[in-house]
Amino acid sequence: MTTTTLARAINDGLRHALSNDPSVLLLGEDIGRLGGVFRVTDGLRADFGADRVVDTPLGEAGIVGTAVGLAMRGYRPVCEIQFDGFVYPAVNQIITQLAKYRHRSDGRIAMPVVIRIPYGGGIGSIEHHSESPEAYFAHTPGLKVVTCATPDDAFTMIGQAISSDDPVIFLEPKRRYWSKGAVTDAPSLGLHRARTVRDGSDLTLVAYGPLVTPALEVARVAEEEGHSVEVIDLRSLAPLDTATVIASVLRTGRLVVAHEASRTHGIGAEIAARVQEEAFYALEAPVLRVTGYDTPYPPSRLEEEWLPGVERMLAAVDRSLAH
Amino acid sequence: MPRTPRTSAKAKDRSSPIQLLTPEGEIVRDNKLPFDPLSADLPALYRDMVMTRRLDTEAIALQRQGELGLWPSLFGQEAAQVGAARALLPNDMVFPTYREHGVAWCRGLDPASLLGLFRGTTLGGWDPADANFNLYTLVIGAQTLHGVGYAMGIVRDLARDLLDTSKGGTGELPAVLVFLGDGALSEGETNEAFIWATTQSLPVVFFCQNNQWAISAPYSVQSTVPVAQRAAGFGLPGVRVDGNDVLACLAATRRALRKARTGGGPTLIEAFTYRRNAHTTADDASRYRESAEEKEWAGKDPIARLHAHLTATGAVEPAFFDEVEAEAKDFAEGLRSRCRALPEPDASLPFEHTYAEMTPELHRQLAHHRAHLASLQETAEHAGDRA
Repeated sequence: MTTTTLARAINDGLRHALSNDPSVLLLGEDIGRLGGVFRVTDGLRADFGADRVVDTPLGEAGIVGTAVGLAMRGYRPVCEIQFDGFVYPAVNQIITQLAKYRHRSDGRIAMPVVIRIPYGGGIGSIEHHSESPEAYFAHTPGLKVVTCATPDDAFTMIGQAISSDDPVIFLEPKRRYWSKGAVTDAPSLGLHRARTVRDGSDLTLVAYGPLVTPALEVARVAEEEGHSVEVIDLRSLAPLDTATVIASVLRTGRLVVAHEASRTHGIGAEIAARVQEEAFYALEAPVLRVTGYDTPYPPSRLEEEWLPGVERMLAAVDRSLAH
Repeated sequence: MPRTPRTSAKAKDRSSPIQLLTPEGEIVRDNKLPFDPLSADLPALYRDMVMTRRLDTEAIALQRQGELGLWPSLFGQEAAQVGAARALLPNDMVFPTYREHGVAWCRGLDPASLLGLFRGTTLGGWDPADANFNLYTLVIGAQTLHGVGYAMGIVRDLARDLLDTSKGGTGELPAVLVFLGDGALSEGETNEAFIWATTQSLPVVFFCQNNQWAISAPYSVQSTVPVAQRAAGFGLPGVRVDGNDVLACLAATRRALRKARTGGGPTLIEAFTYRRNAHTTADDASRYRESAEEKEWAGKDPIARLHAHLTATGAVEPAFFDEVEAEAKDFAEGLRSRCRALPEPDASLPFEHTYAEMTPELHRQLAHHRAHLASLQETAEHAGDRA
């Protein structure tokens, strides 16, 4: 067991995959010589060569489109999109091609492609550098969408994503890149399973990616106030591990969902719908959402209050418990 | 013994497309594209074009009869497709648009398998590995990047000693032939494909059939310079050939593929041709173009000029044309019945192929859908009982 940052854990996971499978290669802007703007691919070009850690021209559609072609030739490309807000030029390739190739080929052509995207806010950055685009991808059949919250999961999940025979959107919570944690080699959960990160009996709080850390803080504060909050790290947004969430709600009767992405038509809405379908009579209170607002991401001087944090989550917990 | 071809009258005009077979059926020479006519099997090229046109005609008829939902006709582009396709080696990989029925024919793909997509029985219809002919791509320009990525894979296969050169027998790389139309050149993805291909010197040839119409938009809407000239800005060699001249298309593609296979990098070929039918069977070309233009291009027919050449030179017996015609007629009859016999897809198909393994939610949705279908069946049977 070693202690490392989340960024370093992904680097280790990529190194592991490159070492073990010669069909794995990395594609992206500035990922080679520079090691990526967040240094996630630091040192990999030196060790695996420019043919496997490819500094691409500046074109996101080109990165994903060529990954589709490489997959057809038997490769397992891992693409890096430099920032969340820059993925949109690639969306045509992701939605019309990458997500559909298995289906349109009657199952003959697999697309083992990973698209890594640093996402979310909280780092004081400029426009287009703090977005949470997960719902667009989670709404697209054929794609899988996952996100890690800890270095341990980052290491394990990047390896699982690369091994997947389906395309995976791999969302990296950029404000947690420098968070340290233990990385183990212990067998982990499947890529598409949620994890209960704190047991509780009064209320279920579901979060993922950057909000798992504040959700745990919420549970700690609530405990001081005499409330037992169960925290679930969703980990996989498509497919959703609804079984874990529903089992929890059947026990607690209360649910709060938190995400940075804007509210309407978001992941929280889908979870609320599933829970009312399958745990309707167990609910003691309406399902509440704590999310980013339905606005474009604000200037960074406003982001601390705009983002859902401990205070807004605690307020939602109180509202739920008041029922 | 064929006469030494005279030099084309057009050869001196730099922007006019290279021509090796005139509309009158005369083989001419152009120093920009050296070509030995003896290296081409002219009767076989003629047969390919006739069969391709018959496939197209028959598919249009099937659409009119309600057997196909839609058909994008290649009428007028037979020479471009057959010429390009006959330059390929078996190991080369083809990335078509949705109109490359003639290329599919030359690759040996079962022509009936082309119909499923347009009949609505499948979204694909064949295994791309069978004839190294990828599935049709409907999103304009998207396939250009797939071809380039595939070529990146070939280069890396070579570096990993994965290429079995003994099978190809040439000791050369396989190459990738990407098809695109004039409209696709306005898509950003096509421009990115050119950038990737040139900066990495990839074994890929872009074959652009400039049929001058992107549905209702004439080429002047897309650009003010010829396709081949646009290549220069990318550092991509551009060649402009008469797309209704099967020999010019064959010669240019052969040369470009050979260059690609020997590490010489990509080429863009513009085959200047004409889409003689509407965009698809759902389109009405009379709303946006003049019939005089259509008449003009009818006079440049790609099959007629090879017919004229074969007749004038006596390269084939007169019976040859009748034999090809008879073969095409038989083929068309077979295609009709095979279209109607295409298997209907099972309702579970989309659920099974969305992911490598069905998710729990998809299992649930499929069970729900099956129950729904069963209830429809039951309702229908009840209605039958009452009747």
